[in-house]
Amino acid sequence: MIAHLPILQVILPLMAAPLCLMLKRPQLVWVFALIASGLAFVVSVLLLQQVMTTGVISYELGGWQAPWGIEYRIDKLNAFLLLIISGISTIVLVAAQTSIEKEIPKDKHVYFYVLYLLSLTGMLGIVATGDAFNVFVFLEVSSLSAYALIAMGQKRQALWASYQYLIMGTIGATFILIGIGLMYQMTGTLNMYDLSQRLPEVAQTRTVFAAFAFVVVGVCLKLAMFPLHLWLPNAYTYAPSIVTAFFAATATKVAVYLLIRFTFSVFGVSFSFTTIPLETLFMALGLVGIFVASTSAIFQSNVKRLFAFSSIAQIGYMIVGFSLTTVTGLTATLLHLFNHALMKGAIFLALAAVIYRVGSVELTNLRGLGRQMPLTMAAIVIGGLSLIGVPLTVGFVSKWYLLIALIEEGLWPVAVLILLGSMLAVVYVWRIVEVAYFKEPLDKNVIVKEAPLSFLIPIWALVIANIYFGIDTRLSVQVAEAAAQSLFGGAL
Amino acid sequence: MNLSLEVMLQLAIMLPLLSTFAIVATGKYPNIREGVTITTCLCLIYLVVNLYQGLLAGQAISAFWWELLPGLTISFDIEPLGMLFALIASFLWLVTTCYAIGYMRSHHEKNQTRFYLCFAVAIGAVMGLAFSANLFTLFIFYEVLTLSTYPLVTHAGTEKAKKGGRTYLGILLTTSIVFFLLAIVSTWFIAGTLDFKLGGIFADDVDKTIAGILLVLFVFGIGKAAIMPFHRWLPAAMVAPTPVSSLLHAVAVVKAGVFTVLKVCVFIFGLDLLAVLPTTQFLLYLAGASVLLASIIAMRQDNLKARLAYSTVSQLGYVTIGALLATSSGVIGSSMHIAMHAFGKITLFFCAGAILVSLHKSKISDMRGIGRQMPLTMIAFFIASLSIIGVPPAGGTWSKWYLMMGTIETEQFVLMVILMVSSLLNIAYLLPIPFHAFFPKLMSFKDAEQGVRPSSNIENTYTRAEIKEAPLPSLIAIVVTTLGCLMLFIYPQPLFELATAVLTGRE
Amino acid sequence: MLIDLFNHWIVITLMMCGLYMVIAHGNLIKKLVGLAVFQTSVFIFYISMAKVDGGTAPILADGIVHYSNPLPHVLILTAIVVGIATTALGLSLVVRIKEAYGSIEEEEIQQQDIQHQKNNAHTKVKLEEEA
Repeated sequence: MIAHLPILQVILPLMAAPLCLMLKRPQLVWVFALIASGLAFVVSVLLLQQVMTTGVISYELGGWQAPWGIEYRIDKLNAFLLLIISGISTIVLVAAQTSIEKEIPKDKHVYFYVLYLLSLTGMLGIVATGDAFNVFVFLEVSSLSAYALIAMGQKRQALWASYQYLIMGTIGATFILIGIGLMYQMTGTLNMYDLSQRLPEVAQTRTVFAAFAFVVVGVCLKLAMFPLHLWLPNAYTYAPSIVTAFFAATATKVAVYLLIRFTFSVFGVSFSFTTIPLETLFMALGLVGIFVASTSAIFQSNVKRLFAFSSIAQIGYMIVGFSLTTVTGLTATLLHLFNHALMKGAIFLALAAVIYRVGSVELTNLRGLGRQMPLTMAAIVIGGLSLIGVPLTVGFVSKWYLLIALIEEGLWPVAVLILLGSMLAVVYVWRIVEVAYFKEPLDKNVIVKEAPLSFLIPIWALVIANIYFGIDTRLSVQVAEAAAQSLFGGAL
Repeated sequence: MNLSLEVMLQLAIMLPLLSTFAIVATGKYPNIREGVTITTCLCLIYLVVNLYQGLLAGQAISAFWWELLPGLTISFDIEPLGMLFALIASFLWLVTTCYAIGYMRSHHEKNQTRFYLCFAVAIGAVMGLAFSANLFTLFIFYEVLTLSTYPLVTHAGTEKAKKGGRTYLGILLTTSIVFFLLAIVSTWFIAGTLDFKLGGIFADDVDKTIAGILLVLFVFGIGKAAIMPFHRWLPAAMVAPTPVSSLLHAVAVVKAGVFTVLKVCVFIFGLDLLAVLPTTQFLLYLAGASVLLASIIAMRQDNLKARLAYSTVSQLGYVTIGALLATSSGVIGSSMHIAMHAFGKITLFFCAGAILVSLHKSKISDMRGIGRQMPLTMIAFFIASLSIIGVPPAGGTWSKWYLMMGTIETEQFVLMVILMVSSLLNIAYLLPIPFHAFFPKLMSFKDAEQGVRPSSNIENTYTRAEIKEAPLPSLIAIVVTTLGCLMLFIYPQPLFELATAVLTGRE
Repeated sequence: MLIDLFNHWIVITLMMCGLYMVIAHGNLIKKLVGLAVFQTSVFIFYISMAKVDGGTAPILADGIVHYSNPLPHVLILTAIVVGIATTALGLSLVVRIKEAYGSIEEEEIQQQDIQHQKNNAHTKVKLEEEA
């Protein structure tokens, strides 16, 4: 059993998805999906433990030896990611049943869970696999189910958002496919570890350059990195709230993982960053992304959209950390990956609760909610403080590491820019606070109650995690540091 | 109770925070709720006084809580400067609570539970700040203090309160995150530690230019010290109820700012390094300009609280100057000024609040002749003004004396002149208030210049005079702090000893 | 050299045609057609790359030593399935969009959304004024 953990991680939700169809009753399906996701979480915890003690786990799918067969290769980096994804997925699922009651027609509930589990499978698969083509397949599994999930949104704009995402996502995935094809052409292998061994021999060919370009652009499309972010705000705004919470906390993280995996492990640091001036480009794009997206966030009237833009800005921070190509910089990125998942998970879940009670998250609808839904709004405020990077929240930890990484490289102006960027976060978070706590509700006769427990429990679990991991940073920092070091060690 | 000093130290920080639970639980019964607050105050004073005695006895008192990141710890260590700050804050908390009970009730403020709760959190943060053993811990409590006082500033919930709160939070958070945090991270990177150490933590061969830039970052970053141009938050915070303005924006928050500046100067840079940094001179002049300009602006304010706020900005400049002079008299003067100004300014704010509650007046031009109705209040106002100005028989005399000594020792004659001119300005904007209150018929030449004529209703007030003092708890508070001002003049010895011990370490 | 890699030229031509359609056309169906062409070009790229000169089909039988690489074929089989799924999903989205908006022209849809937002903003201002 223990030996089969890597495949269990992926196969559990994959098998659970079609089984959902047999259960028929939405309540039962919910419990079932929750159990499946919970088991995946347990598996990821076990995997992380094992990786931290014994090192890389290699699993040969169907007993076919790598590099011929498909290999699942779990190292510290992806064990960490698996933990984040399955953990957030489970927590978000707790609130799913209540939330979709209001947002999705009853007859589609079962399909919702099927798609949700498939999407989860896709993400876990992308992260767990050590095979480049397998990455593409899982990418499409998660994307296709994501398009369908987004299209389930209440408003008709959801359809349009989903369509936009489908076009952009497919182009991105196809780019990755081309890149993988070119790599295969040059090396004759699809196994990432094998690729990393063989690519240096042919590194100076135009084909490998082209492969690299296709892969990076494709991944950046999925990542919604500025300026390839245009699909994200609509998709997050109009998707069902639960879906937004799940994707905001996980989907872009998977893309960041892919970026790190391809540039650091597959192509190797020396190729990615010395042959091509990727770091300068990414640093610039990351910074511009932070400012443009944060500024856009300030001017949004829909709170979900506001935080969608904030997500793009936060991706900018990760990109900046990544572009430093130092251990500390990468640690900062990985930490932010984890921390951002916690913040955005909490915030979007809280917004889901607001939609459940109020029906909309236009800024005007939030008037007076500070009194009516104190716990939910408090969660948004704490999540917001974490985004700003106030001490004792997780946001502070990642910001600290990013600053240290920047100063280590002597990039003082960038450090100042980063801090100014977080001031923009103060502005958009405070717009919400002022509306929620200082304005009277539009219609005083409507009584709005606090969100039900099925919301409050997962929301506050995440909020407490926001604070807990802001104080007890041992787990996150240790894992992120170890992962970053191993990436520079060169070994996959 | 036989608690060890280490436990007491931690209790002193935790107690106000823990009391919040009790305050919330008893929120429906105002009397019990206020009882809880007062009990907490008393316990806190007991703890702090015990710690003080421990410190006097020469014991090292420190506590370690948590290692947030490798090398970055939340830990506490008592040294004289922090002790001094903690003593003032805890004592004045009790007095303010007393005052607040009278004020909040007769003013019929809403959400009083939230008020007391945030107050307690703020005091907890002040204790943590005062006792912190390193810059990192200090920074955490600094931010907690900012955030916990935001609901207090915006207590009224009106559009104006919201705007004030926006300025308050905007400036404090921006400076602290953009400058202060950057300075802390850089210090950590350069020095490899953030622990407060007498004489500084930088190596001798540290690049003077970089250290100089860091100093600027620190002084600007500590927005709570209200050095111009980052002072706007303080007048903005005056929309808060008066007890908040008095304790937090005359004592806790602003003093946390200058306290941090002092800490950074003495324990991060060290006086020797500070004296040779290229930017020190620039900052000294900046603080001097801040002192002077704020005084001038204060003169032009008609709203009493606004005038007091600008006066605070000016007085905070004194403390910063003292710290940056990098001599022992400067530091002693600064440390003492923290205490002296705290007592003086809190009394002034108490008086302003009392006038608002009893007579519903907030404009200085309306306050002619009120001495007949509120004699005690106005006498207190007079004595506290003397303390701010720095003339006997009030405590402010001593601190200003040492600050002057500091400027003379370092031959900063420009600054000396600035300090003297500013004291004259203090006289000009503070003393007319009690003066006109008691002698309404006289018209100052300043008013004549502006063409303000005593309006007819002054005559009415004057004849219809009947005693109408503030509610008893508030009045008691006023009297206590006024006596404090006098006591500090007659008996400044313990304070002086603490202030001198700042530079010598534990005795 | 140019002739040697003629498969690449075909692939690139198709790919650019597809991308151009996706970008330039406002009709949602045409966009999807472009997307499909774009994907197919990549399939051709994979399959043509597997071709070995003079090789036969990769069958395990006596006498066959020289055969095409089967792996890309298998990969593309998967990719084709993915492509079909994408197109199907895209088309069904278009059907739903047609139901919801009454149009499948990008411009008209965006126009409607903007109009809708304006109306919303208008009512919001009204509500706020009332409040």
